[in-house]
Amino acid sequence: MKAFLRLLAQLALYLPFVALIGYFSHAPRYAVLRPGEALVRLSFVHAAERKAPCRERSAAELAKLAPNMRAALDCPRERAPLLVELEFDGAVVFRRTVPPAGLQHDGNATVYHRLPVPAGRHRIVARLRDRAEGDFNYVREATLDLSPGAALLIDFIPAQGGFVFRG
Amino acid sequence: MFSAAKNNLGALGFILFWMLAASGIYLYIRFDTSAAGAYRSIGELEWWLGGILRSVHRYAADAFVAVVLLHLVRELAAGRFRRWRTFSWISGVPLLWLMYASGIVGYWLVWDARAQFSFFSTLEWFGMGANGLSAPADRLFSFFVFLHIGLPLALLAGMWIHVQRLGQPRTVPPRAMGWGLPVCLFTLALLLPVSSEKPWNAVKTASALDIDWFVLFAHPLMYATSPSALWAIVLGATAILLFLPRLFAGRPISPAAVDLDNCNGCGRCVADCPYEAVVLGATNQALVFPARCAACGICAGACPSATPFRKASELVSGIDMPDETVRDLRKKVQEFLDKGNACVKFQCAHASATRDGIALRCAAALPPSFIEYALRRGAREVLLIPCRDGECAWRIGDELAAARFTGAREPRLRATVRATRDAGEYRFALR
Repeated sequence: MKAFLRLLAQLALYLPFVALIGYFSHAPRYAVLRPGEALVRLSFVHAAERKAPCRERSAAELAKLAPNMRAALDCPRERAPLLVELEFDGAVVFRRTVPPAGLQHDGNATVYHRLPVPAGRHRIVARLRDRAEGDFNYVREATLDLSPGAALLIDFIPAQGGFVFRG
Repeated sequence: MFSAAKNNLGALGFILFWMLAASGIYLYIRFDTSAAGAYRSIGELEWWLGGILRSVHRYAADAFVAVVLLHLVRELAAGRFRRWRTFSWISGVPLLWLMYASGIVGYWLVWDARAQFSFFSTLEWFGMGANGLSAPADRLFSFFVFLHIGLPLALLAGMWIHVQRLGQPRTVPPRAMGWGLPVCLFTLALLLPVSSEKPWNAVKTASALDIDWFVLFAHPLMYATSPSALWAIVLGATAILLFLPRLFAGRPISPAAVDLDNCNGCGRCVADCPYEAVVLGATNQALVFPARCAACGICAGACPSATPFRKASELVSGIDMPDETVRDLRKKVQEFLDKGNACVKFQCAHASATRDGIALRCAAALPPSFIEYALRRGAREVLLIPCRDGECAWRIGDELAAARFTGAREPRLRATVRATRDAGEYRFALR
C-alpha cells in the first residue's frame, strides 16, 4: 500500500512536469513574419582596402633594416571601415559604418541586417564603400517580386562583381 | 516526495545529462554529418528506436534546462550562494551559458527551417555576417557538429568542477526518481514524437515555427526587443549572478579549529565535511580552509576525541567549533541532567519544532558518544530532533547522523544503545 501511494505521489509530481516539457517544447507557435511579409537579409564578410596606401621605402630606409626585413613596400595594417547602405523603394532603410575586426583593425568587417518587408514588387539598391574616401564603389540595384515568406539574401562576393542578390 | 525532488534537482540534472549523452551517441552514429545529408538522415531514423531516441534527446534537453533553472532558483531562494558555497555558485554560472549554447547548436544540426531561423537569429544577436549562406556549407556544418560535441563536453567538465567543493556530492538521485524521470520522458517521446520543419532553404523563410521555448526562447525575446537589449539582459543576469555572493556576504562566522595535540589524523572530519573544508595536511593532521568552512559542527561530531567520557581535565576535541565547543555541550548535558530531566533532548537549530532541547548546529554535530553519556549519567531516554522535513541546512548532516546511529559509519553509536526513528525524530535508550 505504501509503495503504491509512493508511486501515485511520483506520478502526481511527474505528470505536470512532463506535460510542461511536452507543451513548451513545441508550443506556442512563433510567428517569424507577419502574414504577407517577406524577409530581406543583408549578410556578408568583407575585408576593406587599407586605410592608407602602401609607401615605397627609400634606399636609406632599406639599408637601416635587417637584410631579412627589407621589404620594398611599407604597408600600414589598418583597413578602412565599410560603409554600407540599403535603399528600399527609394528610402534608405539601413546605413552603417562597419569597422574592421582585430586589435589593429586589420581584419574582416562583418555585416548582418534583417529587414522584414511587405511582400510585393520592390526596388532594392545595395551600396558599399570599402575604401577610406570617395563614393560608393559597389552598387547593385534590382526590382524584385518578393512573395509572402520569400527570403532575399544579399551577399557580397567581390569575385562576382560585388553584391549578389539571391532569392 | 516533493521535498525529495527539490533536494535532488542537481542530481536529476546529472541523470538528464547522461540521458542526453546516451541518446546523442546513437543519433550521432546514424547522423550524416554533411549539410546536404543531415536533414535526410534524421528523417530516415526508424521510429521505434532512432525516432524515440531523437525525441528523448529533445525532451531530456528541455527537462535539463527546466531542472537546472529550478535548481538555481531553489539555491537562490534558500540563500545558498555565498561564503562557503561561493565556489559552487560561481562555477555554476558559466554552465548556464554552456547549457544554452549546447542546446541551440543542437537545433542547427537538424538543418531545417527551425535551424535556419535559430542560426540567423544568433548571427544577428552577435552582429555577425557570413558569406555564401544560400548554399549548404559543409565546413560550416562541420563546425556545428564540432560545437555540439565540444560544448556538452565543456559542460560536463564544468559540472565536475561545480561539485568539487561538495563532500559526497549528490550526482545520482534516489532510485525511484532516477528511474521515474527517464520513464516519463520515454513515454512522452512515444506519445508526442518530435519532427523536423521543412528543410533549410536560405531563399525561403518560414512565416511561423514550432519552437522549443526552453532552449530557443532567446530568439523571440531578441525580436521582441533588440539584439542590444538581449545582450543587456543576458550579461546583466550573468553579472548579477556572479556578484550575488559578494553583495550578500552575510555575517562572519568562526570556522572550525584544529587542536593538533588532540588530532590523531583519522580523517573522519575530512570524510564528513559537507563542503570539502577539511583536508589532512603534511603532518597527516586535519587542516581547515576557513573560507570554505560553514561552521556546521559536523566535523566536531565526527571527531573520535570529542567524547564526553574522556578523563582529561579539560575536554578538548581534535577539531571543534571555537564558539560552541564539545566541552560546552558536555556542560549543557550535565546541566540538563542536574535539573532532574529523565529525557535529554537535543534538537537541530534548523528544526521546525521548537522545544526546550539543547540546540545543535546540526544533528550530525552531536558525537554519538554524547547519547550514551547522557543515558549512563541518569537519563532514561535521549531525544534528537533533526532539521525540518529531512532537509539538512548543511546538505548531508541528516544522512551522516542516520549512518552513525545505525552503525553504518564512524563514529558509530555503540550497540548498547537502542536507536529508533519515528516521524523523523530519533529516540535512544539503553538496551
